[in-house]
Amino acid sequence: MSRTLLKVNGQSRTVDVEPDCPLLYVLRDNLALNNPRFGCGLGQCGACTVLIDNRAVRSCTLPVSAAAGKEIVTLEGLAADGNPHPVQKAFIQEQAFQCGYCLNGWVLTAKALLDKNPHPSDAEMRTAFENLICRCGSHVRIFAAVRQAADETKRSA
Amino acid sequence: MTAKNVLSRREFVKDTSGLLIGFSLADSTVLPRVLAAAAPEAATPSPNRLDAWLRIDRDGNVHVFTGKAEIGMGVETGFAQIVAEELDVPLARVVFVMGDTSSTADQGGVGGSTSIALGSKPLRNVSATARALLLRLAAKNLGASPDELQVREGVVSVKADPARKVSYAELAASGDLDDALKVSGEGFALNVEGLGKPKDPSAYTVVGQPVPRVDLAPKILGKWQYVTDVRVDGMLHGRVVRPAGVGAKLMGVDDSAAKKIPGYLQTVTKGNFLGVVAENEWAAIRAAKALRVSWSAPERAFPEQKDLYQHMRSVTPKATKETLKKGDAAGVLASAAKKVQASYEVPFQSHATMGPGCAVADIHTDGLSTIWSGGQKPHALQKGFAELLRVPLDRVRVIWVEDAGSYGRPGFEDTAADAVLLSQAVGKPVRVQWSRADMTAWGTKGPAVVYDLAAAIDERGEIAAVDFTSRAFSGGEVHFQPSDAGNYLGAQLSGVRNTGGVDEFAQWGVQAPAYVFANIHAVSHVLPGFYDSASPLRTTHLRDPEGPQTSFAVESFMDELAAATGADPIEFRLRHLDNARAKAVLTAAAEKAGWERRPSPKSNKGSGDIVTGRGVGLSTRGGTYVGTIAEVEVNRRTGAARVTRFICAHDCGLIINPEALRGTIAANLIQSMSRGMKEEVTFDRSNVTSVDWITYPIARAPEIPAQVDIVLINHPELPPSGAGEPSSRATAAAIANAIFDATGARVRQTPLTPARVKAALSGAHSA
Repeated sequence: MSRTLLKVNGQSRTVDVEPDCPLLYVLRDNLALNNPRFGCGLGQCGACTVLIDNRAVRSCTLPVSAAAGKEIVTLEGLAADGNPHPVQKAFIQEQAFQCGYCLNGWVLTAKALLDKNPHPSDAEMRTAFENLICRCGSHVRIFAAVRQAADETKRSA
Repeated sequence: MTAKNVLSRREFVKDTSGLLIGFSLADSTVLPRVLAAAAPEAATPSPNRLDAWLRIDRDGNVHVFTGKAEIGMGVETGFAQIVAEELDVPLARVVFVMGDTSSTADQGGVGGSTSIALGSKPLRNVSATARALLLRLAAKNLGASPDELQVREGVVSVKADPARKVSYAELAASGDLDDALKVSGEGFALNVEGLGKPKDPSAYTVVGQPVPRVDLAPKILGKWQYVTDVRVDGMLHGRVVRPAGVGAKLMGVDDSAAKKIPGYLQTVTKGNFLGVVAENEWAAIRAAKALRVSWSAPERAFPEQKDLYQHMRSVTPKATKETLKKGDAAGVLASAAKKVQASYEVPFQSHATMGPGCAVADIHTDGLSTIWSGGQKPHALQKGFAELLRVPLDRVRVIWVEDAGSYGRPGFEDTAADAVLLSQAVGKPVRVQWSRADMTAWGTKGPAVVYDLAAAIDERGEIAAVDFTSRAFSGGEVHFQPSDAGNYLGAQLSGVRNTGGVDEFAQWGVQAPAYVFANIHAVSHVLPGFYDSASPLRTTHLRDPEGPQTSFAVESFMDELAAATGADPIEFRLRHLDNARAKAVLTAAAEKAGWERRPSPKSNKGSGDIVTGRGVGLSTRGGTYVGTIAEVEVNRRTGAARVTRFICAHDCGLIINPEALRGTIAANLIQSMSRGMKEEVTFDRSNVTSVDWITYPIARAPEIPAQVDIVLINHPELPPSGAGEPSSRATAAAIANAIFDATGARVRQTPLTPARVKAALSGAHSA
């Protein structure tokens, strides 16, 4: 076990964990952040996504030591000052999910995509989401939500 | 636990109403523990009292207790609309406790697309009864007769003098809101009736409105808690280790390497059941990997995958049922001028839930055991775990907490049983998280089915006779109600026999429309499973049991018959239907799609690699009617097919919430497209080799059609029927029919992969 300093959702948190422990279990079990979710443990589905330095990263395969000192944002930390992020608002507006177990990955990946490319083409959006799984099949509404969030960005720009 | 700590449910609800509200919206980790501490035993409430179903607290919140559960399609919102409608309270005042066996009546859990159709009936009736009782109390309170009163947003007032008013909250605090109810039916069909009569649907103002789902905003804002997030004091973490293959016996375990892992506590064995328990999750994962396990050689119980369908056609069935015999199909076929014969094959499929399964169990065989599970039939789990633990039923409490979408009986039940076995062994609460392979490979499967169909065409070009035969692994080898100990994988591994299985058939007219023919003969067989204990190919309910399979066969065959007689596929179906609603969804879908009336295949296919086509499928299920049209693009060189647009017309009687319904239909279309085009469980002689999202691929973002058009047909004069499954049913056939329309090639096996389409294309060219 070793003491590791994590910067999560704007707060510094010290955890005493094995350095090779994937970040996912540290976030969930040590810091009680539930939204990074276990889906496969193999980096294949995206349920465990977090933002690290504003890039969507799979926390289930990333050793906690590799995340030390970097800016980690989970779904819990996406709302600023209690206001839902525009991407969250768009997903709510579109009622974009069924069970919602996968949504953590979609919302955070959408946020990272739109920060980098505020007006993605349909093909760019689909490519950005290629490695995310939604087992219920909510994709049509998810895409609509991302388009809406992009339009929102366009309007406010 | 001392007697004075014991709170009745009523006291509990009154004293901690804030917590109950919080359960749905904020803090579910607190509530289960508080509830568990409050009860020394946990008998399921009898449904014959109003207050077993509905209570109004001092703040005017309406607490509704239902044995149903939310499995991702928005049923909680639909229920809330129904209750708010009957009671005349704001929607936000309605708070649900779902699927807790100690506080909700046994409604059979969730299944068969019946939650709204059947499960809402008692909720509607108790709400109407509560309203009637509240009006009586109000009449006394206000010195008026009940028919002089009106209710708005939970406040009763005198119509002629609205200043004279009293709130439900005040009334509920002043009087005992209870009544004896007349109980009928059981399981899904459980109903209760009291003195209140539900409203006439023409008066509805809340039912039928597109209100946002109550769960989605909190989920998207990260404030929801799933069963994965339940934490109990002193909780340990468990992982299971499955056998080297089907039938492999546990010969020995060396945990010397595991012992070096900080946090590792114990290896648990019971027969061939094997698991580890550790203080934290990472230690449990590492320990499970570090065990050196000696297994006996697995049985070679499965055929080579390439021989599966041949095996299914040659093995002796374990049960046979003649489901329909009308006229003399055999005689007509024997002397037919023209005959069409076709065989269809559908593979094993996996639920492959998004979360692989998670549960927490806190087992006390000398006291109360509590199990938190996302299994969609909590009251059945209570019975099964009581049998597994050999304790009375009221010593087991199952608390349903939402897991990922479950689509039937996926294995969440087995995860919970694993937690039960591990907690029982270590004497502490244990949380079990399944791995991806635990779910995809070792979870239950939807059955493979093969079909042989034949039809006689007379000299006028009419269908004179149809013969239908199905051969399926049972949809009930693992019973869909997990109410006996042998139902669970871990229990089977520990030596408990699965004696609860039933023969469930793939049937003409049940899972596919009952088209009308003068002569028809339909026979269904159930085939013996490959191995009777702990098989990774054990079969059970997967969303719309046998529906997508049988529909693929029948709806493809109808298309083949239309083509053989030169008829338009929709016009041909309409001619063989006698149900107006079935006809109406086909017509509505055709109109929305701009369907061109002509036979398939398309005559002018063009000369390029890419060709397009359209196909139709009809689904009739439990009073719901769905017409699905798929438009596809096929690359004739590679065989790759892509759906570019779905058009779906849907009639499920009275619509409770059109927006939630559209969301469910759109998702059903995509999930069933995935099953029809991508999904096939692979296996070798002893193991399932589909273990993750690479080896069990499903549809991903680039494959999703650009457009999905949904036409809702509302029938306020009819009761609501199910919507959770019917729009899953005909998708694969609609796509296969569209591929035929585009290319002239008929694919009779799912999934409709490029290899299969290409093979069919070369067949079509050589023909």
